[in-house]
Amino acid sequence: MIPGRLLRFLAIAAALILLPIIDGNPYHIDILATAALYALLALGLNIIVGFAGLLHLGYAALFAIGAYTYALLNLRMGCSFWLALPISGGMAGVAGVLLGLPAIRVRGDYLAIVTLGFGEIVRIVFTNLEEWTGGPNGLMGIAHPVFGSFNFGVNSTPYYGLLVVLVAATAWACAKLRGSRMGLAWRAVKEDELAAGCLGIDASRMKLLALGLGGWIAGLAGCVFAAKQGTITPDSFDFILSVMILAMVILGGIGSVTGVIVGAVVLSAAPELLREFSAYRMLLFGLLMIVLMRVRPQGLFGTSVSPPAR
Amino acid sequence: MTPGELFLQQILNGLTIGAVYALIALGYTMVYGIIQLINFAHGEVFMLGSYMGLTVFLLAGTIGSGGVGWLLLALCTATVGCSLLGLAVERVAYRPLRQAPKLSVLITAIGVSFFLQNAVMLGYGAQDRYVPALLPAVRWGGGAVTVTPMQGVIFGVSLLLMVGLQGIVYGTRLGRNMRATAQDPLAARLMGISVDQVIAGTFAIGSALAGVGGLLFGVYYSTINFHDGYLVGLKAFTAAVMGGIGNLPGAMLGGLLLGLLEGLGAGYISSQWKNVIAFVVLILVLLLRPHGLLGERLSERA
Repeated sequence: MIPGRLLRFLAIAAALILLPIIDGNPYHIDILATAALYALLALGLNIIVGFAGLLHLGYAALFAIGAYTYALLNLRMGCSFWLALPISGGMAGVAGVLLGLPAIRVRGDYLAIVTLGFGEIVRIVFTNLEEWTGGPNGLMGIAHPVFGSFNFGVNSTPYYGLLVVLVAATAWACAKLRGSRMGLAWRAVKEDELAAGCLGIDASRMKLLALGLGGWIAGLAGCVFAAKQGTITPDSFDFILSVMILAMVILGGIGSVTGVIVGAVVLSAAPELLREFSAYRMLLFGLLMIVLMRVRPQGLFGTSVSPPAR
Repeated sequence: MTPGELFLQQILNGLTIGAVYALIALGYTMVYGIIQLINFAHGEVFMLGSYMGLTVFLLAGTIGSGGVGWLLLALCTATVGCSLLGLAVERVAYRPLRQAPKLSVLITAIGVSFFLQNAVMLGYGAQDRYVPALLPAVRWGGGAVTVTPMQGVIFGVSLLLMVGLQGIVYGTRLGRNMRATAQDPLAARLMGISVDQVIAGTFAIGSALAGVGGLLFGVYYSTINFHDGYLVGLKAFTAAVMGGIGNLPGAMLGGLLLGLLEGLGAGYISSQWKNVIAFVVLILVLLLRPHGLLGERLSERA
């Protein structure tokens, strides 16, 4: 690592660690933890949408699968958080691939609609399978993580720490991935599937890989979310959430790792900052999305505007 | 009620809501046909149509009269109001992004959707609003299978509008320009067609249809909520895809079929799973016949 980058890395790390120490306000730390959770989700969706170019509108379903996996493992079998974390990721990853198998047969806007449909179906299934999921009331009493003798409890600070570590690891992996053979193959598939196929790239395999990896990250996020909240209901995983995560990716600049994180922080903090206007905040939020897309359609950190479709 | 009568009644009820889906689906299909945009805000236009109707009925309530006249006035209000709304949305949100990446436009559409939803919530409250019944609550048909006057109105109005739309698309200059733009915007422009005007016209007509759909929906179910636009909009989109997106008769057929499937599903399977039916149908159609029932096979778009 060159010194400049090391310095920047250390500065960011120090800032992230110092933030909750300087500002002990639990409300602010909770906003930070939420922002980190969204950043994790946005990074995961970015693999699917930004790297592989698959417009996925049902990402909240994969997040839900991760959350319910931990909740059920914990409530039914007393499984610990740390053991459940990779299992939740795995379940959501597998679900991403399985739901993707039929979905990647269609493309473009149609893929968006199929994934949207899957997202809704997953939510309705969780709502209606009452014996397992508690129906619309959801599941309660999910255990908080315990690390050694330290219980994470209800305070947001330890979750913030855990999420920052997860986001950092994921961001690092994403940055590496983008320049790897795999990342290049994704880009080839995204730009021109036919040409990529002629070069020997198995497009379907690359797409499923992206869906699996994106799902894995959503699953991790879901597991942390369930552990932090202690309660989950199917309503937490609705279409609006999928849209919000997608908005973060696009706002930040599709495909850009830094941009996506910034997008997630901005969009998750915006409703809180707009809280003063309480009743008007979602209205302003909608307006903000319209204006930003008008001023900078490629997103905050996006560099190139792709040429028009024809 | 015998099983046969129940079946008939479910079909009738399904077709009623199907006619509303068809009206909204037409707007999706027209806009998609011309600029390949899934107008996510279309469902909100539908929702606003029902609230415009409600406003007229509230006014009627204060004046203290009711009946068919007010229904007609509400229909006119929803038609004009929603077409203006459609024009405004196109002008403010979509037109500046004509050359932008598709995803940005999608985000804009979602922003518009949030904005309209919350504007209505602020104006009318978050709770369900009751829409007064304007037509007598009689049931036509002597046997167990009955039709309410409102169902009659829904069938009549939708049929009229669909015939009217066909008339516009195949019988007027605007319609011809619309078809030309849908085929090839560049060539249409070269032939002297103002593509911007055509797109604006498409939004106005599609939004007017959705507005009428919203009004009919509100009166039929007698409660409306600012959230209604999302689910009904999605279902109407399903209908459009089912019929073959970009294809007008397809959207009508898709709407009626989806209503039918939902009516039968709610009657025979379980109303809890009613909302899944639309999505399962959507996914099956896209996988088995992606170009829809009446659509032409699409060339693969990059």
